Amino acid sequence: MALAALSTSTAQAPADTSRKSSPVALFLLLPGILYLVLFFLTPLVSLLLTSFKAPTEFGDFGQFSYAFRWENYADVIATYWPHIIRSFGYALAATFFALIISYPLAYFIGVKARRWPLLQSLALVMVIAPFFISFLLRTLAWKQIFSDESFLVTSLKAMSLLAPDAHVTGTAFSVIFGLTYNFIPFMTLPLYTTLERLDVRYLEAGSDLYASPFHVFRKVTIPLSMPGIVAGTLLTFIPAAGDYINASREFLGGTGTQMIGNVIEANFLVLQNFPAGAALSIILMSVILVFVSIYVKKSGTEELL
Amino acid sequence: MKHSIGKWVLPAYSALALLILMIPIGYTFVYSFNDSLKSNIVWRGFTFDKWLNVCNVQNGAVCEAFGNSIFIAVVSTVAATTLGTMIAIAMVRYRFKFRSQLSLFLFLPMATPEVVLGAGLAAQFLSIGVPKDMTTIILAHTMFSISFVVVAVKARVATLDPALEEAGRDLYGSALQVFLRITFPLLLPGILAAALLSFALSFDDFIITNFNSGNVTTFPKYIWVSAARGIPAEANVIASAVFILALIIVVSVQVSGAARAKRLAKMN
Repeated sequence: MALAALSTSTAQAPADTSRKSSPVALFLLLPGILYLVLFFLTPLVSLLLTSFKAPTEFGDFGQFSYAFRWENYADVIATYWPHIIRSFGYALAATFFALIISYPLAYFIGVKARRWPLLQSLALVMVIAPFFISFLLRTLAWKQIFSDESFLVTSLKAMSLLAPDAHVTGTAFSVIFGLTYNFIPFMTLPLYTTLERLDVRYLEAGSDLYASPFHVFRKVTIPLSMPGIVAGTLLTFIPAAGDYINASREFLGGTGTQMIGNVIEANFLVLQNFPAGAALSIILMSVILVFVSIYVKKSGTEELL
Repeated sequence: MKHSIGKWVLPAYSALALLILMIPIGYTFVYSFNDSLKSNIVWRGFTFDKWLNVCNVQNGAVCEAFGNSIFIAVVSTVAATTLGTMIAIAMVRYRFKFRSQLSLFLFLPMATPEVVLGAGLAAQFLSIGVPKDMTTIILAHTMFSISFVVVAVKARVATLDPALEEAGRDLYGSALQVFLRITFPLLLPGILAAALLSFALSFDDFIITNFNSGNVTTFPKYIWVSAARGIPAEANVIASAVFILALIIVVSVQVSGAARAKRLAKMN
């Protein structure tokens, strides 16, 4: 399964050191590497250059020239700091909820369901099934389910579980819910691949030594599934922090829930303030790089990369 | 007594979680049969009309967007699978300088938020004055798919026994013959899995596409643009049909993989 393969990057190359580098290796590597240099690396450089551009003198709207206008960064932080903080807050919350929800599910599929391969396969197909249907339509489905006139919301209001004038869509709750929902498969799959290989004899050894089930879980299961936890949280946190679909006003968000992705999109595609959009992108990328490197160091799973 | 209840907590929880994961899929599917007008929000009765006349709405705008998405996905999948497979083979089979640095470089596009990839390409196309159209979308999709292909194929190359290729060479097979008759057929399942993944990533991508599409409308972009004024049920028809097709492919891949594993187990 393609997506499961992604999370099993721990597969090691055979100890085949006899062969040395050859022109064949260069021939195989060069086209792909060149492609990534042209369409991944240089765009990042042009993003950095764009982020310092200044408006062209006597130029039209949306025209900028190369400059070193570092104030662009001060400007976007002054204007958009709530969006920046909100993005990382929402992404952290969504990652946390996705982990809490996915871990028991992945444990069931990877450990408990081992005896029933058919059930295991069925559950796995259900986990990846959301990938086969449009991300946007899935998110819109939740918008309809949470809309003010929906069965769910009117029933909650009838039971007084929700204030009569309350809304569900357009709130922080619905955005975090949407992010959590959309990224649960990214969390569950890597957790599943590590838990699937978990040797249950370690757990038995733990309980034989009179450890309580909770103690075994904390001291044996969690450390052994750490690679899956790290991979899953990264696969959830990074796209969630940059997402602008869930938080969009037409989807699950409102005016008070806009994330950094929404303002990058608006600056690039609507306001044509390319330097501001570029500066925000660089900020997003730098914060993520710092977060990820600290996190990977702390969890001691550097070899995963 | 407590013990027997405890045994059911995890399965029941998992069933519930999987069920909730299915809700938006079920919703999209059910509403593809809604006898809706312009927007598809209120249930107005059951009909097969939308399935039978998918392309009739808005002068075929939904189908045009769908066609664009398929075309982009096919071209970018072929390009990304070719480039990615070549890298994967080189990474596992050859030793060279800067190998670990290259590994990190290949990991970076997967660790970069899509909005940054999209904005970066948009900034680059803007700086050099390239107009945004179908080509820029294909260039973008190929870029983000390569790394995923490398990871998926690398796993397969690593399981390949180099002795098989050596045997081919010992029997005087040329490098090309060894590749075409031994390496490629053995790698094929991994390459196909990578191609499917790459296709799925391209087909459903919105974030990067939105930055680099100009006036071209893909299926996800069509939904984004229509979200404000209402999405016709025909979009649900297309999404549901794609879902069913993808499910059939995945299930048949799973079944054939299980059958092959059984055969191999018997042989041993």
